[in-house]
Amino acid sequence: MSNQNRTMYGGRIDRGKVINFVFNGKKYKGFHGDTLASALLANDVHLVGRSFKYHRARGILTAGSEEPNAIVQLGLGARTEPNMRATEIELYEGLEAASQNCWPSVNYDIGSLNNVLSSIFPAGFYYKTFKWPPSLWLFYEHFIRKAAGLGHSPTAKNPDRYEQKFYYCDLTIVGGGISGLLSALAAGRSGCSVLLIDENPELGGYLLDYNFSINEKDGIKWIKNIVDELYSMDNVRILKRTTAMGYYDYNYLTALEKVTNHCDQLSKTLPRERYWRVRSKKIVLAQGAFERPLVFADNDRPGIMMASAGKKYLSRYGVLPGKSVVLFTNNDHAYQTAFEFNDKGAKLSVVDTRDNIDSRIQKKCEDLGIKLYSSSSIISTSGNKKVNQIEVQKVDRKQNELSGECITLDTDCILMSGGWNPAVQLFSQSRGKLRYDNVLNTFVPDKLIQDQIIIGCNNGCFDLSKNLNHSYQEGLNAAKDLNYEIADSINWTGEEEISFTESSVEPYMLGKKKVTKGSKHFIDFQNDVTAADIFLAQREGYISVEHTKRYTTTGMGTDQGKTSNVNALALMSHIHDKPVDEIGHTTFRPPFSPQTFGAIAGRSVDHLFDPERRTSIHKWHEENKAVFEDVGQWKRPYYFPKKKENIHDAVKRECLAVRNSLGMLDASTLGKIDLRGPDTTKFLNMIYTNAWSKLEIGSCRYGLMCNEHGMIFDDGVTTRLGEDHYHMTTTTGGAARVMSWLEEFLQTEWLDMEVFCTSVTEQWTVLSISGPNSRKFLQELTDIDLSKENFPFMKFREGKVCGIDSRVFRISFTGELSFEVNVPSRYGRFVWEQFMQHGKKYNITPYGTETMHVLRAEKGFIIVGQDTDGSVTPMDMNMDWIVSKKKQDFLGKRSFTRPDTLRSDRKKFVGLLVNDKKTVLPEGSHIVEKALKQPPMKMLGHVTSSYYSPILGHPIALAMVKNGTNRLGEKVEIPLMNGKVIEATIADTVFYDKEGNKNNE
Amino acid sequence: MFVINCPYCGERDQTEFSCHGEAHIARPDNPAEVSDQEWGEYLFFRNNPKGIHFERWTHDHGCRRWFNVMRDTVSDKIIKTYKMGDQKPGVTDV
Ligand SMILES: [Zn+2]
Repeated sequence: MSNQNRTMYGGRIDRGKVINFVFNGKKYKGFHGDTLASALLANDVHLVGRSFKYHRARGILTAGSEEPNAIVQLGLGARTEPNMRATEIELYEGLEAASQNCWPSVNYDIGSLNNVLSSIFPAGFYYKTFKWPPSLWLFYEHFIRKAAGLGHSPTAKNPDRYEQKFYYCDLTIVGGGISGLLSALAAGRSGCSVLLIDENPELGGYLLDYNFSINEKDGIKWIKNIVDELYSMDNVRILKRTTAMGYYDYNYLTALEKVTNHCDQLSKTLPRERYWRVRSKKIVLAQGAFERPLVFADNDRPGIMMASAGKKYLSRYGVLPGKSVVLFTNNDHAYQTAFEFNDKGAKLSVVDTRDNIDSRIQKKCEDLGIKLYSSSSIISTSGNKKVNQIEVQKVDRKQNELSGECITLDTDCILMSGGWNPAVQLFSQSRGKLRYDNVLNTFVPDKLIQDQIIIGCNNGCFDLSKNLNHSYQEGLNAAKDLNYEIADSINWTGEEEISFTESSVEPYMLGKKKVTKGSKHFIDFQNDVTAADIFLAQREGYISVEHTKRYTTTGMGTDQGKTSNVNALALMSHIHDKPVDEIGHTTFRPPFSPQTFGAIAGRSVDHLFDPERRTSIHKWHEENKAVFEDVGQWKRPYYFPKKKENIHDAVKRECLAVRNSLGMLDASTLGKIDLRGPDTTKFLNMIYTNAWSKLEIGSCRYGLMCNEHGMIFDDGVTTRLGEDHYHMTTTTGGAARVMSWLEEFLQTEWLDMEVFCTSVTEQWTVLSISGPNSRKFLQELTDIDLSKENFPFMKFREGKVCGIDSRVFRISFTGELSFEVNVPSRYGRFVWEQFMQHGKKYNITPYGTETMHVLRAEKGFIIVGQDTDGSVTPMDMNMDWIVSKKKQDFLGKRSFTRPDTLRSDRKKFVGLLVNDKKTVLPEGSHIVEKALKQPPMKMLGHVTSSYYSPILGHPIALAMVKNGTNRLGEKVEIPLMNGKVIEATIADTVFYDKEGNKNNE
Repeated sequence: MFVINCPYCGERDQTEFSCHGEAHIARPDNPAEVSDQEWGEYLFFRNNPKGIHFERWTHDHGCRRWFNVMRDTVSDKIIKTYKMGDQKPGVTDV
């Protein structure tokens, strides 16, 4: 039988549109407008999941975003999503969902043995059992994860698109119940730009499920008129199915909009979800309240749900979840649900913990034939997969003692209500302070910190008329604050069938004696935390609220304790006999509800994750099969393999081509900064360790930059182009850092210096040609006289290269005769191809970064960031020659005389040659005097660079070694990860062409 | 996340800025003459007050200018932003 629990008529579903769906492999039918939860209940499916720790049968507790139990795995394959609340999932054709945390099936679950064995699984069980030894944790964790997992993540790539939206407005209103609607209306009518956010598919809030009137007329119709008017306003934007997730400083709010989640088809044009980042001048919180469960013995069986949820299933979805129903309450408000259930044909009993029940309510129960048990409590429930029987007994609330006859009742549904908790999560996130209200027995907003307004039930006010008028007035006030001409005030009279006025918190129902007697009094349904666990935590000294939370894990599930927090605090208050105020509460943190990572990432995935920088020759590199390497955000050719070549073959060929004839490197990624202004020379003298005053126009100089700690920070060649004009180069990865460094000192320290820094990295393509044939080759393509006499080493010339106006620098990073040809980027590829074409006769060979590294290491040239690590001075690198003794001041100078930088046993930069002449040491290897069987052993330093040198025919390495320059020729040992120990000899850092003749040819 | 009033551009989102620690720490005029102790204080020692803090910020994704911010570290309220070289505001300006 299908939809056996559906009423004959009523509800806000479209009975004309039947929707087919699958739950746990079984086919069902629901209607358009159903949630998965309402459709399951309509089909009499109460058992929807197993609990986290004890694997107890669980049903549907609520009808909204606070649901702790009915969390399911939704969808299949790459779109599958875990931990989705069945109470929020709108039904769509073909929906497939399954229970989580059960194996082999929800009806027969092996893990439920945990329930039988629960005496060995109290709070803190995992902490106690798996604390020691640490090495076993990984072993235990494997089994814990398997037994206690929530849903599973998809393993395939998510095919959906997620968007992000930045939004700015006067007023953001969170919550589309009547309070939110009226504030929006008032502000909207006054001309404010308003963003109204609501997590449901329909505006109107909880009143949509209740009987109420406004000015003695039908309330539902009244709501519809307001919604229509809001939609007609251009200055009001309404987001349904949108959950406000985070409330940060300066009224910054994030919200997740489900755009096509609820649809049966992937949209071609719309994203699945949209993540809103909203900054508004004021924020109105109108999120309403969550109903509070009652804590009694075995209060978690399927068939037990919140009274307001029962009301919603009946009124909104036309679903009668049970025929023989017990309302268990401590307040008047919940009686509406009982009356409605009675009206729709259910047989009702009411158990009320109070003795002073309103006489009108008593009378109505009597008239309707509803049996009322006052001053009573449910003291036990039974029913394996669904509740079928309860026991009721008189209770003295003050003494917490049971008395009188124990009555047994048959039932198939329990509706419970322990009062209402304002949804203070977002308010608390915004740093708002809470106060414990002794009438409502819950936390309500107290002190506002940001420019915000709290209205309606969210503010702890449950009086309809007051809320209507206050909400509208607050909307007007906000508009007035923002200097809008405000609309007129309005007064309404609203009446609910029964309104909520007060309630007590029942810390744990009755019994004291029953708590440990095999039954469980659940406080946190999702994390399986019972009253007994809270007792245990107090006994074991975890008394602070933060400790209790972590020890018991109460409030730490995906629902963040929306239904459990207040009950846990009330129980602590009861145990310690202290007011709840003094117990305090834990801090709420974003997000309000679970949210997808996809939405947070938005479009910043795959190649859009981080910008990719490419040189003007990039396409040529691709076409010529370069293997690329990431250097910062740059893509640089790593090497250019020819057919069948591996990296070693290719690098060897490239290295030898440079040493023997001609190679070419795309060096465009080098940072380039154009410096101008009358104080530039003075400025360079402060920035670099060496002196710049005497550098002639047209000359280049290598420079080293240190930070104020005296540590090497960047290096590069800077050229004087004119009297007050320099061209600075930096390392590829350090370009942005150097630029900021220059600006920092110009803008904050030396405000009187007139220097202008402009990044020109991307304006110039740099072709570095290197090798004994480079001069001969280049001379054939340029009008610049390249002769040794007219264009010496470390000089700069301008002229035509391949007909293009170029800057040519005679500098070398390979030790060979080299020219760095800079051409405007738009000509980069043209010149590169001309060079390749013309260079054939010299066997011109394009080379990548690996060859560049090998060639510079053969010459002992450092790479900042590889051979240095931010803790080495120029002196440590044996570069005293570049540190001016004459200059009075430059950045870092004073630190060279700090005691630590003067230590004689500092690590020094040295060369390293392996004695076996064949092992290429792993970079980062530790160097020791004598390798022992196991640590500790005396450490001397580490390998910073290590390669096989093709021209020398053996490996070479560079290293930082304690007191290294005084150890030349000494033997050291390098223990490898595989247990082998390599012997090496400390050597000079220059391995090839020690005299430096080659680049002076 | 803050809204920061760049003295050159106006109010912008914090994502456009970065913070560079405490402001008004002058580099010694003649470092060669200061003691190791004084130099060490310039290099390493910073205030971490609960309350009013002066700090340096840059508008990286905007005008790229450096400026100073006077911020209450308790409430995270930015009390004042001002240009480099401007007088440090006194507590009476709060
Ligand atoms: Zn700016």
